[in-house]
Amino acid sequence: MTIAKALRLAITEEMRRDPAVICIGEDIGIPGGWGGAFTVTWGLEREFGLERIRNTPISESALIGAAIGAALAGLRPIADFQYSDFMFCAADQLINQAPKMCFMSGGRLKVPLVVRAPVGASTRGAQHAQCPEAYITHTPGWKVAVPSTPYDAKGLLKAAVRDDNPVFIFEHKLLYGSSGARKEDNAVQVDEPVPDEDFVVPFGAAVIRRPGRDITVIATHLMLYRSLQAAEELAPQGVELEVIDPRTLVPFDYDTVCESLGRTGRLMVVEEDTRRGGWGAEIIAEIAEKHRDLLTAPPVRVATYDAPIAASPVMERYAVPDAHRIATAARAMMGT
Amino acid sequence: MARADFQLCDSPPGPLPEAATATALYRTMRRIREFEDRVFKYFQAGRIPGTVHQYQGQEAVAAGVCANLCVTDYITSTHRPHGHAIAKGIPLKEMAAELFGSTLGCCRGHGGSMHMGSPEYGMPPASAIVAGGVPIAAGIGLGCRMLKPSTAVACFFGDGAFNNGAFHEGANLCAIWDLPVVLVCENNLYAASTHVTLSNKIPRLAERARSYGMPAETVDGNDVFAVYLAAGQAVSRARSSEGPSFIECITYRRCGHSRRDQNKYRDQQEEAFWLARDPLEVARARLIGEGVATESDLDAIDRAAAEEVQAALDYGEQAPQPQGDEALRCVFSEEPE
Repeated sequence: MTIAKALRLAITEEMRRDPAVICIGEDIGIPGGWGGAFTVTWGLEREFGLERIRNTPISESALIGAAIGAALAGLRPIADFQYSDFMFCAADQLINQAPKMCFMSGGRLKVPLVVRAPVGASTRGAQHAQCPEAYITHTPGWKVAVPSTPYDAKGLLKAAVRDDNPVFIFEHKLLYGSSGARKEDNAVQVDEPVPDEDFVVPFGAAVIRRPGRDITVIATHLMLYRSLQAAEELAPQGVELEVIDPRTLVPFDYDTVCESLGRTGRLMVVEEDTRRGGWGAEIIAEIAEKHRDLLTAPPVRVATYDAPIAASPVMERYAVPDAHRIATAARAMMGT
Repeated sequence: MARADFQLCDSPPGPLPEAATATALYRTMRRIREFEDRVFKYFQAGRIPGTVHQYQGQEAVAAGVCANLCVTDYITSTHRPHGHAIAKGIPLKEMAAELFGSTLGCCRGHGGSMHMGSPEYGMPPASAIVAGGVPIAAGIGLGCRMLKPSTAVACFFGDGAFNNGAFHEGANLCAIWDLPVVLVCENNLYAASTHVTLSNKIPRLAERARSYGMPAETVDGNDVFAVYLAAGQAVSRARSSEGPSFIECITYRRCGHSRRDQNKYRDQQEEAFWLARDPLEVARARLIGEGVATESDLDAIDRAAAEEVQAALDYGEQAPQPQGDEALRCVFSEEPE
């Protein structure tokens, strides 16, 4: 099962389980349409109708504001942006309203809101390419999930729907496995069987995707697969990467990272966001402040260079980390 | 449009509702006026922290609209929320404690003046981002329509919100989805210090609202009976699933925009005209003139309001101050054990 289908399955199960769950977004619930930009909600209107699979105008402030209001009135909305880049049009609702509503009410209100947003460079140019997770991880009041496998996509989305707080789910365009007219060039195939039964993936529980003794690598989404590819390349050269998928950025599972660092002593964060002020910088700062004793070498960041993403595929490939850049950084860390 | 060309509302005076309602409208306005006047003194004396955006002069709007709502209906409010909160029924003691930053306040001291609200009275914390509450009101309307039929939402905002995208996005959603929302524009002629004619080419904001496909009217916002009537019709449309309405209430601040603002940007003649049209005096004259109440009935209401407000402020000032680490609570909804 692909990530797009796993997300659709999660939404379907949650909407069947709880009549308060609705979807709200641009280009959803259009018969003959796409089911959002990446097919996740495709066809759901046939089972749930247009009241619960609710298409909006291209009005991002209204889309998120309405989702917040609906949550305050007792619904559990799943809002989606076509591209995460568009979320800045709704910045007031995302930064000033949703994550502060519970706080400003002294904890008397809850906002059970899920926002889904596709990230990642995919040869569409500067305004359909960003990985804006850090803007949200920086803002108190949000939980942030970053599923990279179909199993996690289903389990994290179901956990998000059941959470009484605003949860942002960032999904990667090249990992969806969208097919037909919505197929992506350069997509990574991450199909895997996903159980039909009801399960959730708890927040704040990282998973080690590949064990290794030399360097602890933290990576999400596309960078997770590129890190695994780098690990594959490096293994015959005697360098072992331990690749950790944090699965959620808020809350963040520092325990698993520290445990891994206890074995490797070396920390590398690989992120597709631009380098300056990214979530990777935060993790390194936290480890450096609180767990300096675990580090035997200076930590390393591998990230997209600090420039907008160019439309040219050649330039995009240059700016975004690939397995080669990760492997080179790892070898430098090992002094080999 | 030149400032001098701004047309005052010449709608006919609103008819008096039955006596109990008419007197209750006056009482609500008096409670708001009394609260705001006394809060201002406390603020000036440095006894209330932060800033205040006050409601003196606009009482007829909150009172006239909220008198049509039940406790289970919703409102959204702005950086100037005290009047809305009082009219929606939040106890004055809880509001006062909130102003003093106590955990006994309606938002446990986390909200303060600009985020006044209380879920049990259908008022989420007011949004101090101009127009920010409009899309949220649309969403509450959607939730009500799906879960709580016949519930209405009143969305308060000022003329300053009228040229913000969030207003238009939210108003359009209300229209295309036929949401049970009453959009209440308090046109007090000034967005902070900017006169409404500097920001709009059209004489009546209701004109533009009508173009979204909803009924829109302009009423005298200093006539509580006119506001009550217009809001009553709009709320009844909302309750019977006939969709949103827009009411432009032309009114005027009797106070500064905030803190110690002295309104030096206002025309003196304009100010004199409006200060002579105090919504409380307008209502008082009607109530007495039409034999609904006597001078001494209304005096008794005034005295009771003064006592209630003073008791609330005494309570708020003496309410316990929080421990500093309360600052870190309520970031997330408490997880069930």
